[in-house]
Amino acid sequence: MISKITASFALTGLLFFSSPVLAENHAHEDVHQEESHAETHNEAVEAHGQEHADSLGEDADGQDIKAAVKETIAHHLADSYEFHITEGVGFPLPVILLDDGLKVFSSAKFGHGHSVAEIDGNHYVLHHNKIYKTDAEGALSFDEHHHPTNAKPLDFSITKNVFMILVMAVFMVVLFSRMAKSYGPEKTPKKAGRFLEPIVIYVRDEIAIPNIGEKHYKKYMSYLLTVFFFIWFLNLVGMTPLGINVTGNIAITFSLALMTFIITQVSGKKDYWMHIFWMPGVPVVLKPVMAIIELIGLFVKPFSLMIRLYANMLAGHVVLMSIIGLIFVFGSWLVSPAFFGLTLVLSLLELLVAALQAYIFTMLAALYFGSAVEEHDHH
Amino acid sequence: MEIPEIVGAGLIVIGAGLGIGRIGGSAMEAIARQPEATARIQTAMLIAAALIEGIGFAALFAK
Repeated sequence: MISKITASFALTGLLFFSSPVLAENHAHEDVHQEESHAETHNEAVEAHGQEHADSLGEDADGQDIKAAVKETIAHHLADSYEFHITEGVGFPLPVILLDDGLKVFSSAKFGHGHSVAEIDGNHYVLHHNKIYKTDAEGALSFDEHHHPTNAKPLDFSITKNVFMILVMAVFMVVLFSRMAKSYGPEKTPKKAGRFLEPIVIYVRDEIAIPNIGEKHYKKYMSYLLTVFFFIWFLNLVGMTPLGINVTGNIAITFSLALMTFIITQVSGKKDYWMHIFWMPGVPVVLKPVMAIIELIGLFVKPFSLMIRLYANMLAGHVVLMSIIGLIFVFGSWLVSPAFFGLTLVLSLLELLVAALQAYIFTMLAALYFGSAVEEHDHH
Repeated sequence: MEIPEIVGAGLIVIGAGLGIGRIGGSAMEAIARQPEATARIQTAMLIAAALIEGIGFAALFAK
């Protein structure tokens, strides 16, 4: 027992310890990248490149470390066309564009954003992590805000986030179908099931049944469990130093909120709609006012689901990485143990937040489903 | 004189913070009085806190 605890503690420590080391690699590399960026894009992006070159021109402990830290954080949070693990380690992912027919090619063609990808006579270039259509030289034209005016093809690429969602989907299907099969006639869980069964039962007994009710809860269990484990696992994967930030991406939380919204509206019963459009038990004068407020509330609910998960995960990542970044800004070994300790404590807090956000999302989804299927026995 | 938007966002975040603080404090008192109802109080507390938190974040992003 004690050796187990020691082992897991050592493992956790190792995991956390690796993050500053990786951050260091990132910071170095980003400085390199920026330098080469400034050189290659000099003609097309003269004004912009000049800015970068200027900030790099200053001395080591000045502006450029801060800029590098900012770049690293932005790079960590952004979705990308390649799976970048650490310096020189990573693999390209497929780019899928819909532009006069389907164009599928490997993101290695972009050469980390330095070269023009050519496919079937069409040229594409990567600028600030977005794909633009261009000519053979890769020239981009800019408006006064330094935004490219080139056409953007419809993008269905398997980016890092999409890749992680697919990996997680496969992982969850394998994990839970194996768990379901492992139940013998004696109905006791085995292996991973010993850990997961209490959580599944918790979602059923503490989230689904109290909020939806004995009568209807079974229909929604599959969705609630899927959402719970999907968010939780992805939050946990986001805590590893791999630079994965799936639940901190507003497009993904939007999809999750949209699914919740659709399920709520589709399962809405007579009482649910009556409580929105003709609230019983209030004076007739107030009923239209209440209807407007309830109608707004209908859309605010999924909106807040989306923002809450997105902002919580994003804020967690930004705070953690900023504190790691402070080590490089101060550049002294005297302060780094303090920041390392702070990072360790905040990482533990983030582990709690990872589970808490999954719980809150599932809980509120169950609450909304519950309000949709509720049957009132007044009048 | 023009007041920057960020001041408004800050005011909303202060409000949200006070709100969540009140919820947390009241839940603590409730749990101290009725320890056997801890689970139910915690659930209600988390839901209320999450709803307020949503407003706080909305203010930050609307800024």
